[in-house]
This record gives sequence, structure tokens and C-alpha cells, in this order.
Amino acid sequence: MLKTRLIPCLDVKDGRVVKGVNFVDLRDAGDPVEAAEAYDAAGADELCFLDITASYENRGIILDVVRRTAEVCFMPVTVGGGIRTHEDIRNLMEAGADKVSIMSAAVRDRQFVAEAVRQVGGQSVVIAIDAKRVSEPGEPLRWEVFTHGGRTRTGIDAVRYAEEVVALGAGEILLTSMDRDGTRAGFDLELTRTISDAVSVPVIASGGVGTLDHLVEGIVEGGASAVLAASIFHFGEFTIRQAKLHMQSAGIPVRLDP
Amino acid sequence: MTIALVDYGAGNLRSAVKGLERVAREIGYSGDIVLTRDPDVVRRADRVVLPGDGAFPFCRRGLSAIAGMDEALTEFVEVRAKPFLGICVGMQLLASKGIEHEEIDGFDWIPGVVGPINADGSDESGRPLKVPHMGWNTMQLINPHPVLNGLTLGDDGLHAYFLHSFVFEVANRDHLIATSTYGVPLTAIVARDTIIGTQFHPEKSQTLGLKLLANFLKWAP
Repeated sequence: MLKTRLIPCLDVKDGRVVKGVNFVDLRDAGDPVEAAEAYDAAGADELCFLDITASYENRGIILDVVRRTAEVCFMPVTVGGGIRTHEDIRNLMEAGADKVSIMSAAVRDRQFVAEAVRQVGGQSVVIAIDAKRVSEPGEPLRWEVFTHGGRTRTGIDAVRYAEEVVALGAGEILLTSMDRDGTRAGFDLELTRTISDAVSVPVIASGGVGTLDHLVEGIVEGGASAVLAASIFHFGEFTIRQAKLHMQSAGIPVRLDP
Repeated sequence: MTIALVDYGAGNLRSAVKGLERVAREIGYSGDIVLTRDPDVVRRADRVVLPGDGAFPFCRRGLSAIAGMDEALTEFVEVRAKPFLGICVGMQLLASKGIEHEEIDGFDWIPGVVGPINADGSDESGRPLKVPHMGWNTMQLINPHPVLNGLTLGDDGLHAYFLHSFVFEVANRDHLIATSTYGVPLTAIVARDTIIGTQFHPEKSQTLGLKLLANFLKWAP
């Protein structure tokens, strides 16, 4: 039976983890490779690196992080953040990424998605959607795609956009509610459910996890195929195993390999 | 002793190399692990690993674009008959043909056809199945094989990481080693004589994957 995936996400800036991982004794809590290794050992199902490096000259550092991660981690790694060209995609895949997560480049030019699918196969192309509720109270629910950490409104309907990129061959949607991100109030379940029902590919729910029940809700009510979280794991609040056992007790199939 | 990984621009080769290097160290395997585009290196190798990600036609053409590579692989498998491992699309290329965007011939070393996963089924909660089949799944053993030595399959067994939208339907069930269940049984491992192929990525499948790679290095068919 296919198991529901639990995916910790590490924000990496200039080769350093932005919020250090504090749940195990690491020599260097800010080293993304050590953090990746710790999550590998803890039983994470995949790992996500979000590169938030701002300066162009430091953009290559993430490649070194991915290369070193591939030497010690034998689980799938998705890398996103700042992917602008097909060369960026090729470099990341050659460094050892299994999937790339594309945001702004896909919003700007849908053909970028089609070309990425031709280049590496749809199974490795994740489209990251940052969505924010734009409907007024009383109106039918509506979400728009935002970029630049939620600062830039694109005018694009999030559900339609998800359908569009899947029609172009994208293999997965990483869906983040910008209304919930950082709030610890739980996923936007209506958003998750709407997008998950609209597309034929797996949806990863992201944004807002504060409790283990939130993870369960994302799957059971949101219909997501996977759940992504950051801070509840990084600070040792919960272990990956605790989260999985909680999901299992709610009837969700999870992987608990030794 | 040389293990040749065929580098034809299709897929995450670095992880496969690192996985093999790691298990080689662990079991004290002293051979060289080389990434190569040289047909002569492939022809003379002691073991060959054919990775592959993306679309079947893209991988097939990528291989054929290297002058002499098809012939070198065929000689390695059919004449020298040494251990060969195909991973993901590298496994699908063992088939007679693939139907992905277009119909294109495979190596036909293991008779069968690669076509789209049937997505008509539903999961345990009654929702339509998502494609790609993506994530960790258990496997059911159909025919025992030495690369699975020491590994327990079945519902309570170890998991492997799958990431695919197309599936290899083998013509002869003797060539089917294991399946994963996703609505219906999907071919997970195929084998014939000195050839083995895995739909999943052993280099991304932690305990099970590394053990399978170690078994492949020890395998002496």
C-alpha cells in the first residue's frame, strides 16, 4: 500500500539553514547537510530544500548543498527557490535533486513548465503555488496565486492555474496557503481540498502546521497526498516518528520502516 | 572489477553512484564504480547499471545517440551475460516497446510493453488515484531472486520509493519478481538470467534500496 508522505522543509540561505534544526545533537545546527542526514535517520519520507538566497553570486551554493546531501541521504530530495532557467533545473538534477519545485518562472511563462517536463519528465517537476484567499465574505471561495513570499499579487486564479500546469505535464503541486503560513493555525483545508479535487496529480499541503492534528486534517479533510511542515520539527517540538504514529492512529497509512 | 553506470544525460546519476559507493564500502567490494559514456568501458565492465528518468522515448534516443552504446549494451547482456541492473526508465527500456507519447522499441530483453498506469481505480478512502504513483510503497514477492536476499517484502515489509506514470506489463510472469499495489498490482521488479530491473529507485529507498544494491554487487549468476 502506498503510504502518505511526511516532508520536512528546510529554508536555506547562502548555504545555511535559516531556522536551525535543534532536535538532535548536531555539530553545526545551521548546516543543511547535517540537518538532511538527521531527517533521513529520523524516517522523513522526502526532504525539501527551499533556497531563499537573494544574491545572484551565491546562487551556486545550493548546488554544493545538494551534492553533499546526495552523498549521505538515500531518500528523495526536492529543491525549490529561485529556479529561473532550464540550466538551473539541469544543474540541480545533476547535483542529485530528484525533483525541482518551480514557482515564479512558471507563473511568468507557462511554456517553461512544458519545457521542464520535456527536459526531466513530469514526475520530477513540482509546481509550487502560493495561494491567498481573495474572495469577500459571503462570496464563493476564490484564491489567487501570489509570488515573492506573498507580496506580489498575480491576478491568476489558483485553481485554474493548478489545472493548467497539470495539463502541461507537471507531476505534483506544492500548495502553500499564504493566509496560514507561519500562523500555526492549520492548513487552509478548503483550499487544499479544492485544488486536490481539481487535479489528477498528488498535492502536498503546506502552510500553517502547528499541531499533529493539523497533519491529519490536511490528509483526511484536505485530500492531500503528502504534508509538509517546518518549524514543528526543526525545534524538536515533535519528532517525525511521533507525527507518523499520530497520523497512523487516525487511520492514515504511514511508513515506519526500521 | 568495474561497475559501469551509463551516463546518457537521463537522470539523477550522482545519487546512484553515491549509493553504490556506499554499499561497496560496507561490503568491502573493491571494484571501481565509473560513470561512463564510452561503449568500450560498458562492453568490458563486470557489472552495468542503466539508470533513467523522464520519458521512455527521451531515454531511448539519448542512449542511441551515443555511437556504439546500443551494441555495447547488447553484447554485455547477451554475449558476456554479466550482471545488469536497470533503474526506473532504465528498467522500462528492457521491454519490447514503450508507448509514451509515441510507440518506440525497447531492447526487448524482457518481453512486454510499457504503457500508462491505469488511473481508473480509487484509494482506500474512495478518492480517485493520483498519477504519478509517487511515494513509498510495499511490494509483493512473485518469484524469489538473489538480489532480494535478506529482504522481507509484503504488507509488513520494507518500503521502496516509486516515482512513475508508466508501468512495464511483462509478457511472461516468470520474469516478474515483485509488484507494488496501487489500485492494481504494478510491476516493481523484473528479471531474466543476468538481468534485473527495478521500477523504484534503490538509491532513494533507504534500507531496502541499499541492501538491494549490495546484493546486486554480490550477485554471481
